[in-house]
Amino acid sequence: MKMPKIIINGREIEFEKGMTVLQACELAHVEIPRFCYHEKLSIAGNCRMCLVEMEKSPKPIASCAMPAAEGMNIKTNTPFVEKARKGVMEFLLANHPLDCPVCDQGGECDLQDQSMFYGIDKSRFVENKRQVKEKYMGPLIKTQMTRCIHCTRCVRFATEVAGVPEIGAIGRGENMEITTYLEKAMESELSANVIDLCPVGALTSKPYAFEARPWELKKTESIDVMDAVGSNIRVDTYNWEVKRILPRLNNEINEEWISDKTRYSCDGILKQRLDVPYIKKNNKLEKSSWDEAIDLILNKIRSVQPNEIAGHIGDMVNLENALAFKKLFKVLNSSNIEFREKKIYINSTEKINYIFNSSIRGIEDSDLILLIGTNPRHEATMVNARIRKAFAQKKTPIFSIGNPGNLTYDYTILGNKSEDIKKILNKEVEFYKKLLSAKKPIIIIGESALGLKSGKYIFEEIKNFLKNNNFITKDWNALNFLPQNASTVGLIDLKILSEENEKNYSFFEKLNNNEFKLLYLLGSDNLEFKKNDEFIIYQGSHGDRGAEIADIVLPSAAYTEQNGLYENLEGRVQECKKASYPIGEALEDWKIFNLIIKKLIKTENLSNFSLLRKEVLNSIPNFTKINELPLYKDSENKKITTNFLSEEIIINELDYFYTNSISRASKTMSECRQINQSPKKTGTDN
Amino acid sequence: MTLKQVHSEQPKEFKFSNENLDKAEEILKRYPEKNRKSAVMPFLYLAQRQNNNWIPLAAMKYIAKYLSMPYISVYEIATFYTMYNLAPVGKYFVQVCTTSPCLIQGADKIVKLCKEKISPNENKISKNGNCSWVEVECLGACVSGPVIQINDDYYEDLDEKNTIEIIDSLIKDKPLQPGSYRGRKSTAPEKKQLENGKNHA
Repeated sequence: MKMPKIIINGREIEFEKGMTVLQACELAHVEIPRFCYHEKLSIAGNCRMCLVEMEKSPKPIASCAMPAAEGMNIKTNTPFVEKARKGVMEFLLANHPLDCPVCDQGGECDLQDQSMFYGIDKSRFVENKRQVKEKYMGPLIKTQMTRCIHCTRCVRFATEVAGVPEIGAIGRGENMEITTYLEKAMESELSANVIDLCPVGALTSKPYAFEARPWELKKTESIDVMDAVGSNIRVDTYNWEVKRILPRLNNEINEEWISDKTRYSCDGILKQRLDVPYIKKNNKLEKSSWDEAIDLILNKIRSVQPNEIAGHIGDMVNLENALAFKKLFKVLNSSNIEFREKKIYINSTEKINYIFNSSIRGIEDSDLILLIGTNPRHEATMVNARIRKAFAQKKTPIFSIGNPGNLTYDYTILGNKSEDIKKILNKEVEFYKKLLSAKKPIIIIGESALGLKSGKYIFEEIKNFLKNNNFITKDWNALNFLPQNASTVGLIDLKILSEENEKNYSFFEKLNNNEFKLLYLLGSDNLEFKKNDEFIIYQGSHGDRGAEIADIVLPSAAYTEQNGLYENLEGRVQECKKASYPIGEALEDWKIFNLIIKKLIKTENLSNFSLLRKEVLNSIPNFTKINELPLYKDSENKKITTNFLSEEIIINELDYFYTNSISRASKTMSECRQINQSPKKTGTDN
Repeated sequence: MTLKQVHSEQPKEFKFSNENLDKAEEILKRYPEKNRKSAVMPFLYLAQRQNNNWIPLAAMKYIAKYLSMPYISVYEIATFYTMYNLAPVGKYFVQVCTTSPCLIQGADKIVKLCKEKISPNENKISKNGNCSWVEVECLGACVSGPVIQINDDYYEDLDEKNTIEIIDSLIKDKPLQPGSYRGRKSTAPEKKQLENGKNHA
């Protein structure tokens, strides 16, 4: 097909049908100033900053809203355009306060930047400036509504992307105000993205208020570990302190958004930190030194049998450290290592069994989505945002087995019993026809479903069903597992789970039978068990649940303080980078293992981090490249016998703002949690 | 014009009366099923009629649920249009037209009288609780200005004297008849008076 052409500043450019003039200008590398236009949101056309000159049009046109057409002649650098934009800027500044010196947006403000080009140094506006009362928008968003230029980006974001239509523009004309309904906190896990979207300082970050200026921060591009999505983030640090976390554009994963937990858990990195080794003496943890702590550990190791030593890896541990931990256990001659926090069925024989095969971007191509025992809104917020996008833009039908509550989009509940799955697989209900007639279905199986007694049945039979119906192929793979923790997929790849023959949960059985005498917790705070007389070593960054029950506490670095690889739920290997340094005497985890191994066998077999990384990359099956999806390999035909059990599928509610040690230490997260648990009641709440 | 303020005291509940429910269903028939929410404006009007000429928040919530739309959207609409009252108004709600034609004919004098006789501020109910007044844009009766609208009725061709009489009658709760106060039929031309060169209001 021939592409239509448009002339921009005398240069002919080919563009795709359906593009707007502004997008065509971007193709021609011509920058158009804008406030209300945003790539990921619908077009509003109300700021008028993007005016350009079009031949044969007596008036300037708003390029963001004008569809590009064949033969248009657009000029963006004429005095006519400049005068028009200057006029618009003067109107925008008429009511905008001159408080840049005390405004948090200063230095990264679109209005500030653009007024450098189009602003006039004097104001002709002699009337009083508009006054607007401050609005309450929850514990994350600080408002200063006199600065608002009514671009309505936040309104569109809340309605379109977040799916919680709670922000709106009330009143009209000069009295127009942006507010949430009756000034309630926005009930969304994506709410803080409106801060990034706001082109001025009307919506700024409350926890970050007056903390720093953007130009004095060190910016490190990194990866988030609050959930298994692996959102791309930028960590801004001032000396040791992580001041804030911002999203990085990655259309494959998080687009331009991140969840509130990702963004605001960062104040938890500064609190509750373990800075020196602690040893429990007289039932109290007392400060100690590395030498003393390691000597004590060695004594303990020597006093027990190797099979009485067990290790558990937590939710935010990177792959290098996990591998080093595994090596340490090899030296200790123990194979009791595990990463699961609960008994969930995982078949680690093939990579497709434990990743999100359809890929996050693939959700948009899908024509049917079935959730089984999962609440993606809490378990993987950005995946849920993508499902919502598919729902909003393509009306993709969504079904669920089990009731996950409000997911910000409409879905149909097919049932909440394991029989309901059986009926679909046995083609006993009408739904199977819908499933089979879909071209690109997606089935998402959550940890809640796999944690059931029939978890094995659910997983293996669904896999079998999809395979028999050609839904597991190189082009489209409908089988998806939704893990909850950042470390899960990588740790399955490194085979850090007790999977001996059919006994899938041997670690948990031994743990509950008190067969372990020495338990080494590596950043593991969510393992639930009854402590008896085990000797517990906790190694991690935060004084949380793990450190509470420990006999020895070893301080290590948090995820922003060490380099490391993480594998996200799609099996994409990404690099988390060191933005800051560990506090006090804390060390990176692998260095601690090194200390132990060195004293134990008098050799240094973990001396080099880059070797460790190389080994990690070699041991990941189907690995292609960093930041890329893994290879697809055809699945083996191995029949696995399963037993059906009739049970109810209950989706375990996550304490969303309190899922890991960092978010539990964060003050902001506690505030969010409080508000979510007891919504601010207003006069008319019935 | 300032942003309309929501009243501080709000009723807990709101429901359409049976009669209004029938009307609401009738209104919904005007719109295709997928555009149900188009009915929001007539619904707000119904609610305002039912609730002594003002819309409480509970009614907005009720309408939002009725039409399955977000609360904020209904709230946006109710705050946008000036003819929806978000706070109680007097039993006699006086709307004084102050757009150019009426103003030329002396609407400012009527405003002054309202300030003196009803309440010094717009949208404040008079001492005896019977009246409130507000300045509005063109009422569309320019030919018989100055005009005031009291509840549903137009009082036309006013001058100071008539206005005082009308307002007094409202305060006494015995409103005078609506219509022209110069004995005009509809908007018929008045040759005689014009020949006298007499000025009105």
